[in-house]
Amino acid sequence: MSTTQTVRSLAPTFVEVPPRIHAAGIGALLLDAATAGFDADTQKRILALAGALGRSRIVAGVRETIPGVNNLMLLFDPLVLHPDQARKHLLALWGALDAEDIVGREIEIPVVYGGGPENDLLALAEGVGLGVEEFVRLHSEATYSVACIGSMAGFSYLTGLPAELSTPRRSVPRMKVAAGSVIIGGVQAGVMPCTAPSGWHILGMADVRMFDPTREPACLLSLGDHVRFRVQGIEA
Amino acid sequence: MIEVLSTGAPNVVQDLGRTGYLSIGVCRSGAMDPLALSLANALVGNEEGAAGIEVSLFPFKLRFQVDTTFACTGTDSVVRLDDVTLAPWWRRPARAGQTIVIERPKRGARAYLAIGGGIDALQVMGSRSTDLKSGFGGWEGRGLRRGDILPLGSQSSPILNRSGLGVIPQELPEFWRELASGVITLRVLPAAEFELFTQASRAAFTECPYLVTPEANRVGYRLAGESLQLAEPLELLSHGIVPGTVQVPPSGQPIIQLAEANTCGGYPKIATVIEADLWRVAQAPVGCSLRFKLVDQVDALAAWRTQVEALSKLRANLALMIGRG
Repeated sequence: MSTTQTVRSLAPTFVEVPPRIHAAGIGALLLDAATAGFDADTQKRILALAGALGRSRIVAGVRETIPGVNNLMLLFDPLVLHPDQARKHLLALWGALDAEDIVGREIEIPVVYGGGPENDLLALAEGVGLGVEEFVRLHSEATYSVACIGSMAGFSYLTGLPAELSTPRRSVPRMKVAAGSVIIGGVQAGVMPCTAPSGWHILGMADVRMFDPTREPACLLSLGDHVRFRVQGIEA
Repeated sequence: MIEVLSTGAPNVVQDLGRTGYLSIGVCRSGAMDPLALSLANALVGNEEGAAGIEVSLFPFKLRFQVDTTFACTGTDSVVRLDDVTLAPWWRRPARAGQTIVIERPKRGARAYLAIGGGIDALQVMGSRSTDLKSGFGGWEGRGLRRGDILPLGSQSSPILNRSGLGVIPQELPEFWRELASGVITLRVLPAAEFELFTQASRAAFTECPYLVTPEANRVGYRLAGESLQLAEPLELLSHGIVPGTVQVPPSGQPIIQLAEANTCGGYPKIATVIEADLWRVAQAPVGCSLRFKLVDQVDALAAWRTQVEALSKLRANLALMIGRG
């Protein structure tokens, strides 16, 4: 069964059990469609909802959306669009969505594994009982998807990390993780768009600008894009 | 142009913020107290969204290199133009070569300085606001430094009347009385996980005061008070958050997310400070106690409408008085 069919077969369930909608103040609503843990099909539906809301900007008062992980926040001007109306609008759109596969781009990011000022590659490989090369092979052969962009400007939450590599976040976050650091945290992967604190583990360095406010578009990745890491070298 | 003579790193160029990029992780940023910046701009005849300087570390001192007008709002601060002491929330003309000092406020936490024409910093992603966390926008993406020379924009229409002019929002005297007492009240709406906190925690949240700790900045305020606990442990997936969100990390000590909040987060949320009270949070200094009062959507919406309409009226009246009507 293709992924698209899976989404379609799930659609009636969503109609019968509406997602939870929570107010965040009077100008924002969070549609939460999460059941248990991350669900890739639900995420496709979330991205489709974000697309539909983008197209429906003609609805007066709608300002922005923040697609999250199995959820979506709608921001609007409550003096133009009453919160109750916004809630109805959001539910109606969700119910009427044609499940669509977002055809993301394929983006390759070259990585020097073990490179950079600080990294956890050796410790990570030991932690999950793999050799460094095997760890790197698994990380670089996987295809990742951009599930959500947020936290910091241009930070893409990537899903698709092989389960064998999954490692809980550091108990004490580093105060500075350099821009370009290729990182993993729990079941997610990412690349630091700027130098900032992070509790994720560092595998290596990528010489790419994930975010540049003077570039158009500013963010290298878009929701639904697919990412592969190419081994440029291993320095561990 | 103006030259910064004395400042601190948290003092930054801000306008009303950056919109349209939340979905790629870019926070709204902008003035923590947009009401004060809007009125400062109105006093000097600027557009509402002109960039000014947000001052949260005092004293702040600068020299004018051109003849212009300026207004300082936000706090109850002594402002000195050379040797002359001025009242806050007033517009005054200044001559090239004159210096102004904004002193440490008696009440409030953030002063806003608007100057005729606004600070003409480069627009990045549609705004002149500084995004300190990501390091772009405003003045070179950073806080102001001594020696910085900032360009001013040109005003679309000249101010006909350059005499002094003052204004005070209706709610301010009462708010300053609250600040003087050391405890301010913030109206909140229950947030997504409100009902999942223990009965005792929900009661404590609205009955006990929460102190603003020194870990308070444009990203958010960490508070200290009665610990808040969920009835059962909860694992949330990353989701969008808005300024005003009161998150509760595992420590049980709440955090209010503010202008430079992360666009997404995963901590449970007990409440959201209503839009109409966000400026009050901006003016709560370290050591001030906050008391949360639950309201409903009808109250929150009415409060916001009242505030937006009052600001719009004030701006219209000021425009008439300074000959831009």
